[in-house]
Amino acid sequence: MIPELGNFSLILALLLALTQGTLPIIGAARGNLSWIALARPVVQGQFVFLAIAFGCLAYSFVNNDFSVINVARNSNSELPTHYRFAASWGSHEGSLLLWVLMLAGWSVAVSVFSRHLPDEMVARVLGVMGMVSVGFIMFMLITSNPFDRLLPAAFEGSDLNPLLQDFGMVIHPPMLYMGYVGFSVAFAFAIAALISGQMDAAWARWSRPWTTVAWVFLTIGIMLGSWWAYYELGWGGWWFWDPVENASFLPWMVGTALVHSLAVTEKRGSFKSWTLLLAISAFSLSLLGTFLVRSGVLTSVHAFATDPSRGIFILGFLVIVIGSSLLLFAWRAPKIGLGGKFDLVSRESMLLANNLLLVVAAGSVLLGTLYPLLMDSLDLGKISVGPPYFEAVFVPLMTPAIFLMGLGPLSRWKQASLPELAMRLRWAFGVSMATALLMPLVMGEWKPMVSFGLLLAFWVIATIFVSIRHRLQNSGQGSVFTRLARQSRSYYSMHLAHFGIAIFIIGVTLVNGYETEKDVRMEIGSTVEMGGYTFRFTGASPVTGPNYSAMRGDIEVLHNGEKIRVMQPEKRTYNASGMTMTEPAIDTGFIRDLYVALGEPLEDGAWVVRVYHKPFVDWIWFGCLLMAFGGMLAVSDRRYRLKINTKPIEAATEEKDGGRAPSGNRLATGGKKG
Amino acid sequence: MIPDLLNTRGRKQMILLLILALLSPLNWAKEAAPVAEDPVIEKRMLALSEDLRCLVCQNESLAGSRADFANDLRREIREQLKEGKKDQEIIDFLVARYGDFVLYNPPMKPTTYLLWIGPFAFLLIGAAILFFYLKMRRRQIEEPSLTDDQHRHAESLLKDDKGNNA
Amino acid sequence: MRFLLPLAAFIVLVGFLAVGLGLKPREIPSPLVGKPAPVFQSPRLHEPDQILSSKDNLGKVWLLNVWASWCVSCREEHPLLVELSKSGIVPIYGLNYKDKPELALQWLGQYGDPYTVSVVDPEGRIGIDYGVYGVPETYVIDKDGVIRHKQIGPVTIESLEKKILPLIKELQG
Repeated sequence: MIPELGNFSLILALLLALTQGTLPIIGAARGNLSWIALARPVVQGQFVFLAIAFGCLAYSFVNNDFSVINVARNSNSELPTHYRFAASWGSHEGSLLLWVLMLAGWSVAVSVFSRHLPDEMVARVLGVMGMVSVGFIMFMLITSNPFDRLLPAAFEGSDLNPLLQDFGMVIHPPMLYMGYVGFSVAFAFAIAALISGQMDAAWARWSRPWTTVAWVFLTIGIMLGSWWAYYELGWGGWWFWDPVENASFLPWMVGTALVHSLAVTEKRGSFKSWTLLLAISAFSLSLLGTFLVRSGVLTSVHAFATDPSRGIFILGFLVIVIGSSLLLFAWRAPKIGLGGKFDLVSRESMLLANNLLLVVAAGSVLLGTLYPLLMDSLDLGKISVGPPYFEAVFVPLMTPAIFLMGLGPLSRWKQASLPELAMRLRWAFGVSMATALLMPLVMGEWKPMVSFGLLLAFWVIATIFVSIRHRLQNSGQGSVFTRLARQSRSYYSMHLAHFGIAIFIIGVTLVNGYETEKDVRMEIGSTVEMGGYTFRFTGASPVTGPNYSAMRGDIEVLHNGEKIRVMQPEKRTYNASGMTMTEPAIDTGFIRDLYVALGEPLEDGAWVVRVYHKPFVDWIWFGCLLMAFGGMLAVSDRRYRLKINTKPIEAATEEKDGGRAPSGNRLATGGKKG
Repeated sequence: MIPDLLNTRGRKQMILLLILALLSPLNWAKEAAPVAEDPVIEKRMLALSEDLRCLVCQNESLAGSRADFANDLRREIREQLKEGKKDQEIIDFLVARYGDFVLYNPPMKPTTYLLWIGPFAFLLIGAAILFFYLKMRRRQIEEPSLTDDQHRHAESLLKDDKGNNA
Repeated sequence: MRFLLPLAAFIVLVGFLAVGLGLKPREIPSPLVGKPAPVFQSPRLHEPDQILSSKDNLGKVWLLNVWASWCVSCREEHPLLVELSKSGIVPIYGLNYKDKPELALQWLGQYGDPYTVSVVDPEGRIGIDYGVYGVPETYVIDKDGVIRHKQIGPVTIESLEKKILPLIKELQG
């Protein structure tokens, strides 16, 4: 009964999505106020029915209803309750339902937080999101219904893949999907602007906070996925350049470019068509990722079970959504004005250069990801493109971007002077150079790649200091603290996010440079030394989990002769699937992780044990968190909360093609107050 | 070990170790032996197999995979390294049997020129377009000098701005 | 005009993706096709004291079928192989890959033995020489000892009728 209720809700949601995707847009075109007014209630109705559908699916999972195929294939009665709930999105079908639920959630958020926008704009935005929703719900109902029944019902479910039985499964997919789907808002704003022909800077201001929030979710989602792979896969890697990972990284890179480009469009009215294209691209890449993961065209560790009919459906959907958006863009974009004037050396041009680098990097990752497919479809043979390629291409492309990251925030809008920048940044460069050369010696061994990575990181940090100091000198009277307090949150948010990048680079550089590992046979009582720590194996004993049995090793860790903790890595065998899993034990620390994993058992209670010492590895994820915090801080900036004061900016930024803006450097550099 | 060859510091450490060994309730724990017979070869094998693909797996390297097939190939690489073969010879051996598919680092060939040169071509073309676009744009936008009226307007905006800051 | 470029790029991409849907990313063509089959000398499964050399097969067209008792999809193709061997069109040699002889013999007893001779490859070393990465695999080898075709995965009626049998006929003729 419950699954049928879910199915029925899904159909009702489809009908509402159809309404949402058509009437408000037509209404906005014809000036039909009642159709325009329909947008908000329909959105909220759709959300309610999708929530009911999702609730029904979760109910079926939690209550072990093995008469539902989806539940029978992806769950098991022994599975702990929170994993049964998370199994709702463990399969292709369930994850799609989560996808549309989140899309509806974002739509509701837009309908609630858009009171200050013109109604027909909101109608168009919600209409576009409705059309996307129609596609996904139809996809589910036609090819991948999560509520399909199994007759006769299975007695027991075949279990969720043990790799997914982890807390990461509970939080990582929702976060990641919030990011993917969140870009649909920026996309919808862009399409709405193109449809209406009102392609001034206003749409950029409206969609900017939405884009930032989506970017924050995507950042956290990718970070959680990386961290999960690190502690779950058992050999301590954190990024593998797998097609599915790349599929999440592509929208992130383009989204990052979009966040920066929106800033220019909003403040200076420039790059309007470029920003529109980025907004379309970021969401298109999210959709492309969906296709790659679910169609089986690429092999990946993370891919869902595949089926060609699904691939055809999504490809058709891609063609309609992305194709028509790009067509609309090609038709409308030539009419977009150029915006304000700026010099070849200016903050605008640097942001544009950074955008170029990010987009080229994204294009290269896409090329590498799809190249095997490309060659195979031209019958030129099969090749693999893996980490060596991506590292060789990505690092050289990102290096100038990181360099510009230090330059950009210090340059003026419109016109900056290179000699002046060089003057201001020479000590930042000197300090970062010196630190980068000396730091590796502190770590014990000088390596050129480490020095290079650290140079990039310290350059970013040093330029942040220079920028804040410069800003304070120009912030009038008062103590340092009052002057610090005077700066806007969006100013700090930028530096916080950039600081996150620096922390991330430090983590990556140091763990790649100084990581050590040992693969040893440990008899009971034997020890192994690593990174100043002594690991003593005191034996392994059987333990029984809720749905697995395991051998749990006890490894004492000693530092300076003192026992600091006992690490308990496990080797699990899951009852339902018979799959074995390595569950490493990790001692997380500020400057290092100790990582211990059990290998194979040997005679006399001895085990093969892998021990890793990973310096600064947690800085990788901490850096990502800082970036995300930076994004959140930007969204909390007062100009998004106080809408009354937006008038003056409008006058300042809404430049016409002739660029008749009131100029003046004070306004140009600090024109974001409001 | 011959005591004469130890320097004083080494000797002190030896004595300390002996004392510790005598004091510890259990016998002094012995250092665990590495799994690999020859750690140097093992290191080379791992470095090599990191960039090789396990054919039967869903996109995993030979180093990362625990599949039977990956174990066999790692054994093969280890043996060939012991025989004194160079890395490139082993790579050639595998490519002759499994094709370029086994390489995560695709070789430079006419069919992969686009792959390897593409990113840098994108960058050059992008940079050129950007440069000419910016130049053209500057010519297109003729910024008229401000009229007195607009100056006054700007002044008032600046005052507004300061007011907001306070 | 330049605003149409993104659309053009997207159309090209869709073309590749559409073709990609019909491809099999898990089938990796062997570089050994068209090259001399690696020579092996290995004990026979039934008479472990006798060695079979692949050179003995020079001058005839033969199939080398890689199989194992632990391999599930081998059971799928097995009836076809038994039938083919009965027809006498082509001799089938078996490569018993990473298996235990007693289990292998028991398996052949149960499902029938289509092989002229089966040789054992307990450690998978011949397998590595032939670029075997999954079981079953079947090689068509011509009179000069050159590999002419590699069937990845189980032999099916379709692959037999469309590819393998016509090829054998051509090579024998």
